[in-house]
Amino acid sequence: MAKIELKDVRKVYHGGVEAVKGVSLSVEDGAFVVLVGPSGCGKSTLLRMVAGLESISSGTIAIGDRVVNELEPAERDIAMVFQNYALYPHMTVRKNLEYGLKNRKMASGEIARRVDEAAKMLEIGALLDRRPGQLSGGQRQRVAMGRALVREPAAFLFDEPLSNLDAKLRVQMRAEIRRLQRRLKTTSLYVTHDQLEAMTLADTLVVLNAGRIEQAGSPMEVYERPASLFVATFIGSPAMNLLPLGAGGIAGLTAPDGLLSGAGPAKTLGIRPEHMRLADGEAPRPGEMRFDLTVTGVEVVGAESFVYGTLPEGGPEVAVRVAGYSHVEPGTRLAAAADPAYLHRFDRETGRRI
Amino acid sequence: MQKAVFPNRVLPYLLLAPQVAITIVFFYWPASQALYQSMLKEDPFGLKSKFVGLQNFTQVLGNPDYLNSVRVTVVFSVSTAVLAMALALFLATAAEKVVRGKGFYRTMLIWPYAVAPAVAGLLFLFMFNPSMGTFAYLLRDAGYRWNPLLDGDQAMLLVVVAAAWKQISYNFLFFVAALQSVPRSLIEAAAIDGASSTKRFWTIVFPLIAPTTFFLLVVNTVYAFFDTFGIIDAVTGGGPAQATQTLVYKVYNDGFVNLDLGGSAAQSVILMAIVIALTAIQFRYVEKRVHYA
Amino acid sequence: MIEKPGIGRPLAHVVLVLGVLVVAFPIYYTFIASTQSLTTILRPPLPLTPGDQIAANYGEALFGGIGRIGGVAVTTLLFNTLVMALGIALGKIFISILSAFAVVFFRFPLRMVFFWLIFVTLMLPVEVRILPTYKVMVDLGMIDTYAGLILPLIASATATLLFRQFFMTIPSELVEAARIDGAGPLRFLRDILLPLSKTNIAALFVILFIYGWTQYLWPLLVTNDNQMNTIVIALKKMVSFADADTPWHMVMVTSILAILPPVLVVVLMQRWFVRGLVESEK
Ligand SMILES: Nc1ncnc2c1ncn2[C@@H]1O[C@H](COP(=O)(O)OP(=O)(O)OP(=O)(O)O)[C@@H](O)[C@H]1O
Ligand SMILES: [Mg+2]
Repeated sequence: MAKIELKDVRKVYHGGVEAVKGVSLSVEDGAFVVLVGPSGCGKSTLLRMVAGLESISSGTIAIGDRVVNELEPAERDIAMVFQNYALYPHMTVRKNLEYGLKNRKMASGEIARRVDEAAKMLEIGALLDRRPGQLSGGQRQRVAMGRALVREPAAFLFDEPLSNLDAKLRVQMRAEIRRLQRRLKTTSLYVTHDQLEAMTLADTLVVLNAGRIEQAGSPMEVYERPASLFVATFIGSPAMNLLPLGAGGIAGLTAPDGLLSGAGPAKTLGIRPEHMRLADGEAPRPGEMRFDLTVTGVEVVGAESFVYGTLPEGGPEVAVRVAGYSHVEPGTRLAAAADPAYLHRFDRETGRRI
Repeated sequence: MQKAVFPNRVLPYLLLAPQVAITIVFFYWPASQALYQSMLKEDPFGLKSKFVGLQNFTQVLGNPDYLNSVRVTVVFSVSTAVLAMALALFLATAAEKVVRGKGFYRTMLIWPYAVAPAVAGLLFLFMFNPSMGTFAYLLRDAGYRWNPLLDGDQAMLLVVVAAAWKQISYNFLFFVAALQSVPRSLIEAAAIDGASSTKRFWTIVFPLIAPTTFFLLVVNTVYAFFDTFGIIDAVTGGGPAQATQTLVYKVYNDGFVNLDLGGSAAQSVILMAIVIALTAIQFRYVEKRVHYA
Repeated sequence: MIEKPGIGRPLAHVVLVLGVLVVAFPIYYTFIASTQSLTTILRPPLPLTPGDQIAANYGEALFGGIGRIGGVAVTTLLFNTLVMALGIALGKIFISILSAFAVVFFRFPLRMVFFWLIFVTLMLPVEVRILPTYKVMVDLGMIDTYAGLILPLIASATATLLFRQFFMTIPSELVEAARIDGAGPLRFLRDILLPLSKTNIAALFVILFIYGWTQYLWPLLVTNDNQMNTIVIALKKMVSFADADTPWHMVMVTSILAILPPVLVVVLMQRWFVRGLVESEK
């Protein structure tokens, strides 16, 4: 069990790609930290630097009290779960689990104890004598987890461990990983590009973009107070509605006095679809914003629907969440409303939250 | 994604050392010696040698014996390749058709691959030896004047047959693999279009296995160039009257029997150039195969 | 299947049976000849069924008749050939695995230079540089030694390329998982890479064994002492005399003995052999 401390970590690959551009991050002992971000933003690179699989161009990484920059992966007291599991294909499940322990010259009684315990925890006891080729994807995933568990390391590193599973299994394993981590309280660093996975797993969510941290915080914090336009659009589905604010306000949007004016830099307003509602036929309520929309389409998800519409004069498209099934025809003009309390404001130049 | 690697600095050199050492001692050293030798001329007593530039090459290339050897090699290689490949393809298409006994036929057809060329040569010599070979006897009985020890064309025929016999196995295996990789759906589509079985073969199957055919052509040519030394030495010794003296045989003969070091070295260098050209062709083809796939 | 089970398939069987007859005949015929007395052989045509001299001929070849192959027992010749074939096969596999391992799993200065250094040898069989290689052997005092028979034929790139190709298909994550599991390069090689290469090694072994066993020109050059001859060379020497003196029945027995081991290897290890051949030569 240990804390992981990254200080101004950079990675420049051969050939000059700067994949990580100065990341400082502190992962508390026992915390579950999820790195999320679009493809190519440097998540894997960062994780692999912590693992020791990638050299660190500058900055320091400490695990526990040790700076590990120069240590071999095996000396860092970490375990890693890979996207493609990377099980040794010629070894049985038991051998796969044992391999890392044997290499550390652990006593065989202790090895057996740990393997049995991990097998029980992951319910793979019946599979111990099979080879990876004889397992289903989900079972392989469990074995890969088991290989990390038996090591009882200071930290777990996960690189998109669930993305090779089908949707249902993914949800199931997600819950299981969370349960296991709560129980073992092992510091975990988890990489994913699936924001749902990120939101549900994380104690701390770290949003990466182009090699930099955009925001770090609890999932709800990140969701409710996105620090930048990037985070605002990356977290949440459908994405937050963005409304560039012009000098004369926004066409088709009526808002309480003073809401749309005000000095300062050019702004973009944001509001999440679930904070809007269809208000057709209703009288305007005081203090509310009203949108004049032309419907462009409807997406029925099941328990909820999203109505998409555009503001007049070529204005932006916005999504409105509607409970249940919505049957509005495209082309219909209707009104939508929202409470200004849920409005986010961003500096359009810097993208930062105001 | 780049390959994950180990960070060691010295170990890779140690791992490479055995092969590099052997390659340098037994490959680069002799090859450079050949280059060097090819530009020297020894006096008749082998005591002194002097630098003569490209003279050995001009001499070799102007020598009618050498040109004869080139002709012999071309005739021998082409005949061997064509014969071995045609028979193998014929057998492979038959093997594609049968359902039962595939394994048995394959087992029976791959033997010759394991027979040393020199031994293969001996077997054919034994069967066709004019004095006691059974086939020579049968041929003579049929009124044919069979004597490969005196008749150059017959000698050539004999080594070609022996060399082709040994190569059938190899070609057969490759053709079978190639035929298996022809998509059945294509053949079925052609069948639905009403193409006859022969027509299907020539218009669909044959073009699709062309890469393999071409590859085998190169391999068979290289085989006929180099691996058949044993056959020729056993069956004809290059005779009669140099009728079966291939280029490799001549390198050996001039170097070890006639002790013409410079000439032999020059021939070695020319041979190297030929092999490099053949290999380059083969590599171009390998690239092509990627396009087919 | 498109072919109606009409004429096509029986015809194919006929073709194959004929093919097998043609291909197998020389070997069968050799076997027949090896069971006949010399007198029968010298009076063609030879019968198509085995003769009665089988015990006598093979007995003499294996246990008596040392005089006929330059004073060397057949068992010595077979042993020499076996040493050469095994030495070439195992030696090549050994050095190739190491160098392919180095080239694929490490990054170091001059890596590609070494790779090309080895790669170029792909193109040049020993036959094209016999005379200078022979001189090198003389200079190194390796004439009439097993090392002289084996080492020059090990210097070739095919096996290295094959292993390199295979190693490149190993997923990176496997290496990384092993590193995290505390395996250094040599342990990774032993515990993971070699077990995964088993079929490739077996396939290559068959091909190289055949290659080594059937060598002719090279052993002809580097062995002067009859005691160091391989069986193929000895066979050839048996018939280099004047025709009438050739003990053909013994030649045929020795031929069978020379053919048998590699044929057995090919037939018994057929699965690997076919795989190795069709895959390695690409
Ligand atoms: N070995 C390498 N050499 C050079 N550039 C690399 C290397 N590995 C990754 N990169 C580059 O570094 C950047 C970050 O890559 P990284 O693999 O960390 O992204 P990622 O966030 O994990 O993306 P994904 O979600 O697709 O896995 C990318 O631009 C990538 O092209
Ligand atoms: Mg990644």
